[in-house]
Amino acid sequence: MKKITLKYFAKLKDDIGKSSETLEIEAKTLSDVYDFISNKYSLSLSKEFLKVALNDEFSDWDTEIEDSDTIVFIPPVAGG
Amino acid sequence: MFYFSYEKINPIELRNKLINKSAGAFVCFEGWVRDNNEGKEVIALDYEAYEELALNEAKKIINEAKERFKVFDIISVHRIGSLKLEDIAVWVGVNSRHRKDSFLACEYIINQIKVRLPIWKKEYYINGDSGWVNCENCHKIH
Repeated sequence: MKKITLKYFAKLKDDIGKSSETLEIEAKTLSDVYDFISNKYSLSLSKEFLKVALNDEFSDWDTEIEDSDTIVFIPPVAGG
Repeated sequence: MFYFSYEKINPIELRNKLINKSAGAFVCFEGWVRDNNEGKEVIALDYEAYEELALNEAKKIINEAKERFKVFDIISVHRIGSLKLEDIAVWVGVNSRHRKDSFLACEYIINQIKVRLPIWKKEYYINGDSGWVNCENCHKIH
């Protein structure tokens, strides 16, 4: 089990109803974590439209997670 | 330099920071809150950002612009929070010896900000609806 922190923004924050949480999880990769969260909260946002960040840097879905990681799923952006 | 502002952007103050005796050109871009988007009448909007990642990524964008174009300084500010129509949402200013580098660097920076920085915009419409721009049609296909 790994203890991770998840931060939620924008549509994901609205859909989940909170801006962060800490979880103990069996997941191996960032992709596994999103699948778990998506299932837990019945999310409508498809992974293909999202990017993912690990410890405040962009990462890849197949990156393996470690204990104490902070993970953010990034919905389509709209700055400017 | 890139930073977020929770208060109104003051463009004159920012412009004055870029005055430089060796610069023959200053170019700036201001992104304004407009009253329409994709056929809907917009009355206000909220900006939200994942600030730690956005600041990391913005530093990279500014360094890229400095490598690509002969510019002296770059300042960019993006608003966070609730904005009204006509407010400045984003400001980019560049100075350089000659105008071409300032024009090109300014366009490069705003284009990269729009696609790379984790910033989100929630629009509020006159009919009472609201929605996160670019997110509302990203549903799973069942």
